[in-house]
Amino acid sequence: MSDIIVRVVTRLMIPYLQLYGLYIILYGHNSPGGGFAGGTVIASSLILYVLAFGIDDEDLRLSPSVARIIESCGALAYVGIGLGGILLGANFLSNKAAGFPLGIPGRVFSGGTIVLLTVSIGLKVASTMITLFVNIAEKEGEEES
Amino acid sequence: MTLVHFLLLLFLVVCAFFVGRTKDLISAVIVFSAYSLTMALLWQQLASPDVAITEAAIGSGVTTLLLFAAISRTRRME
Repeated sequence: MSDIIVRVVTRLMIPYLQLYGLYIILYGHNSPGGGFAGGTVIASSLILYVLAFGIDDEDLRLSPSVARIIESCGALAYVGIGLGGILLGANFLSNKAAGFPLGIPGRVFSGGTIVLLTVSIGLKVASTMITLFVNIAEKEGEEES
Repeated sequence: MTLVHFLLLLFLVVCAFFVGRTKDLISAVIVFSAYSLTMALLWQQLASPDVAITEAAIGSGVTTLLLFAAISRTRRME
């Protein structure tokens, strides 16, 4: 766990991994990718941090309570955007019919609410994955000590 | 069906056979990660890059880590 090569390589790789995950999430409606795949890439970067720097570093890693709040916020944001379509007089999750601006095709903010939906899915998937891994790995550490 | 596709499919079958036959669970998980990586390459060759990204992230990344965490709580040998 305290190998210096692992720590240095992890510190170099994590920003690029998270930038790649954000790219996959934000361009999910224009190019291959989406909320699920990008959220998993971000979660794998957080899991890599936990693997390299140890699970006991409570101050730096994403704590389970914060992850639970982010997960709930992602699901609530998805449902809230969907209900916004109903409030504007159209169906659930309706996009152009409810009057959302579509933007310029090919840009990041094109496609109305789809960007916000994929961002909320990405937040939920990333926090779910990190919660799953920390829950499995943490109990093992408690039994050993 | 080019030669590269044939080699990838052959490697896929070999990986699947080894995962089923080995008694060492950590070796099985590592070979399963290689299986997922080959599967991601094949999805990309089959013109579905969306599935390829998801397969590379889920199959090679998170599933391997979760299976390692599960093995660390149980026995290594089958």
